[in-house]
Order: sequence, then structure tokens, then C-alpha cells
Amino acid sequence: MTEIYRVEGLHLSLADMTRKPLLGAAPRIEILKGLDFTIPRGAVMGIVGGSGSGKSTLGRALVRLLEPSSGSIRFEGTDITHLGEAALRPLRRRFQMIFQDPMSSLNPRHRVGGIIAAPLRLHGFDDVAARVDRALDHVGLPRGFAARYPHELSGGQRQRVGIARAIALEPEFILADEIVSGLDVSSQAQVLNLLGGLVRDLGLTLAFISHDLSVIRRLCSRVIVLYQGRIVEDRETAALFADPQAAYTRELLDAIPLPDPDQPWT
Amino acid sequence: MSYLSIRDLEVRLKGGGRLLRRVSLDVARGEVHGLVGESGAGKSMIGKAVLGTLPRSVEIVSGQILLDGTDLLAMHPAARRRLIGATCALIPQDPLTALNPAHRVGPQITDRLVDILRWPRAKAEARARELLAEVQIAEPERVMRCYPHELSGGMRQRILIASAFAAEPKLIVADEPTTALDVTVQKQILKLIQAMQERHGTALLFVTHDLGVVSKICQRLSVLYAGMVVEDTDVRTFFRAPQHPYSRALLAATPKYTDPTHSLTPVPEAVIATVRAEVAEADRRAGA
Repeated sequence: MTEIYRVEGLHLSLADMTRKPLLGAAPRIEILKGLDFTIPRGAVMGIVGGSGSGKSTLGRALVRLLEPSSGSIRFEGTDITHLGEAALRPLRRRFQMIFQDPMSSLNPRHRVGGIIAAPLRLHGFDDVAARVDRALDHVGLPRGFAARYPHELSGGQRQRVGIARAIALEPEFILADEIVSGLDVSSQAQVLNLLGGLVRDLGLTLAFISHDLSVIRRLCSRVIVLYQGRIVEDRETAALFADPQAAYTRELLDAIPLPDPDQPWT
Repeated sequence: MSYLSIRDLEVRLKGGGRLLRRVSLDVARGEVHGLVGESGAGKSMIGKAVLGTLPRSVEIVSGQILLDGTDLLAMHPAARRRLIGATCALIPQDPLTALNPAHRVGPQITDRLVDILRWPRAKAEARARELLAEVQIAEPERVMRCYPHELSGGMRQRILIASAFAAEPKLIVADEPTTALDVTVQKQILKLIQAMQERHGTALLFVTHDLGVVSKICQRLSVLYAGMVVEDTDVRTFFRAPQHPYSRALLAATPKYTDPTHSLTPVPEAVIATVRAEVAEADRRAGA
């Protein structure tokens, strides 16, 4: 089997709490409106779109933090669309997530070592300490960092801890949701290089959600462009940048301010 | 002559280290001056020093901030606040936290005009309507009665821009005004700030970490590292031939989708070492 994910006719709607009447159910907003795509094994799949396009919702459906309303998501051939929490538990180790804001996704009262070890214990791994050390090695942090608290680290280092926590479980698939958007350009570059290297060395499949097409171009082999809950383009990265088909992709590309005062930007 | 002139501005943490290291820069009327650097470099600190909104934990040790020739730091604090209130404005980063969620947006624009500039309320409201139309808000009347949560991020940022221009300030500090927005909205907002700034002839101090944005909107820029200006030049010269190795490294780290192999390169250790040595040398000379 060459694909790790197969998504067919995916619809997802959420309750709109801002319009909920005092009594009775909140009206539903349809966020994802029928998505079909596959993620090939070993791919780095970029998911782009503007705010509100549904990219994070799609990501959360892939790792089943949200349950789709219809359609299907197959992970390694298993239909996970409506699996219950108990049935998902053994699968959860295999698809991991790295969050956008490391300040709010790392517990400020736990040390880095404990943060990386917690999911390892939860999934019943042995040799936890050795695995934590190895994970830190992989993300290029000194082993001594295990004793530090998140606030003692820089933004880039914190994001490395988030990556270490995900890869420590030896997952097959990682979802990275806007993980470099809060970082300075230099740390951004370091984290992207690190992630690209890990995908290669550990044979991971990665879905990388971003609003930044420059970052996508650097890292991803394939790109899905979302617009208002629909896929408007799904192609190889090089082909997409050479000749964008959808008007929205063109618009996204044209809106990027390149570091060049001579770029026409109208 | 430049409208804002900062001379050898030295800011320290009270009883602690240097935050701004003898910063000097000039912004002319109608000019947009970019302040770039990584987080913690002191870009926002400069804007705050100008607007007199520095946190209590830091103090200005020496230097001058000249606003149209008047040294703000030599003034009586109350007079200084009046002058800044009448001539300067801020476009903040986060349009959600900058607006009070419990109040309608209309009064949040007009209150400043009424309370500080003593305008009659009717005049202030007419001015607000006019400005909301100028920032391309279709129904100013309706929007003024909205609460912030009823509006999108782009709309909120437009309101803050309208609010900043309301009292015809001579100088605006824009602190990462588009960082929270997505690229297509960012483009609209930047175009809007640019059009407003040109029409009103405002001097603009533009804080950003995005060199792409700088290349589109600024005429000059200062590159900061650890509170020290490492390069101050016009935009064209900067992007064609950056002088300082740190400027070159920052440019190489900037994402550029048209040239993926020559972008997103981390700032090399050697460059960090060079610029750190310069900072240490500056500290030694300052006797700090």
C-alpha cells in the first residue's frame, strides 16, 4: 500500500455557539465541504489556505481530534472516521501532532524531560529515559535540557521539544499545524531544516499546515490548497509553483511580499 | 528636516542591563521607516519609548527624542503626554486585544477625540464615519454600533487604522500591524496603511520582523540586534547590497518562494559571533 491516508467525501460541521439560542441546539456551520485526497507514504504534504479555510479543522480530523459528519478517513487501510476513543487509543501513537504555539502546548509546570516522557508512559513504552534522550538528540537539543522548564527555552527550542515529544513515540504520521509561524526567520529556517531531515531519516509522513507558501515550497513535496472548505488545487509542489491552476492559488502567491523592492505588488 | 529624530537613546532595565544601545534614527514627514530584527532586538521598545508607553520596569538613561525639534525627554511629563497625545498615534499588533470587547467600536474611535482633544461629540462622530469610509468599510454607521467580536480580523485592523489617523497625527508607530492576518488580508491592510500615510503625509515608524513587508512599504530601515542599530540605510540599497553581515544573514533567512534554495537559511553561528562581539565592544566603550 503506497498511501498512508485516504480521505473520501469528507464533510465536517461544527456547532456555531455564537448563534446558539438560549434553549435548543446551536445551528451547525459546515467547515469542510466534501474533500477527496490521499497522502502517499513518505510524502511531506503541505496544506495551505487563508484563515477560516478549514486547514486546521482538516488536520484535526486526520488525527481524529474531531469527528467528521460524513465521508471517510482511512489510515493505513483502517477506517477511523467514527472510531470510538477506546478503539483509537492504540492508533494514536501512530499519528502524532505538533502544535502551533509551544508556549500553550507545553505544560509550564513540567520539565522538558517529563513532557516528552508522559506520552511514552501512556503508551506503555519501556526504557523511557533512554527514549527521551534519543528524542532530544534527534531534535538537536542537549540532553541536559530534560531538566529545564519550557519558560527557560527560546521559541525555537520550545518548538523542538514539541517535535521531540511527537517523534519519541515513533509514529508513522505527524501533523504539524502552523508550527513555525510564531518564530523568527532564523529559528524558522532551523526548525524547517530539522523537520525535513527527520522526515528523511525516520521515514515519516508529514502533513504540514501553513498559510505561508514560501515555507511550503521549501519543505513539501505535494500541496493541497483549501478555500472555504473545499480543495481548489492538489498537486506536486514544483508544478503548483510553476503554473498555479486555481485563481485562489494565484491570489495567495501574488499576495506574498517578497523581500525585493522591485517586485510588482499590486 | 526630519520630523522624528532619535539621538543616542539609551534604555535600561531598572538596575539591570542595556535594552537599547545608543539608538539613533530619523524619520522625515511622509516617510516610512522600518525597524527590523529578531524578537527581543528592541524594535517595539523604540516605538514605546517614542510614545512614552515603556513599561515601569525600564528607564530611559540618556539620549534625545526630538519631535519636530522639541526634545520630549526634556519636557515636563504632563506636557509631554499632551504633545504625544495630540501629534502621535499607534497602530497595534493585535486588533482583538487592542479593542475593548465590552464596548461598541464607534465610541472607541471617538472617545480619544472627545476626551483628549476636546472635540464636540457630533464632530468626532462625523470624523469617525468619514475615516471608516476612508479605510473602505462599506457601512460605517452599522460598523460603529458593532462590538469587536462581530467583526473579522481584517475589519478590526481597519478600525484601528481609522482610529490612529482620526486626529491627523504627524507620526504613527505601527507595531507589527499585520502579523496576525493572513497574506491576502495583510496585503489589503498594508496597501491601506500606505495610501492613508501618503494622503495624510504622516511620518510612520513601522515595526516588523518581515523583510518582505519592509521592501513593500518602507523607504528606509534600521536593522537591530540586541538593541543596537547594526545598519540604517534606504530600502533599495539594503536589498541590493546589505552592508552588515547580520543584515545579509537576515535576508538569507527570509522565506522567498521564488528562490527556495537561497532562502530560509539559518543565521550562521559566525555571524552571530561577529555581531555579539560588536555589541560587547559597544558596551565596553560605553563603560557598561
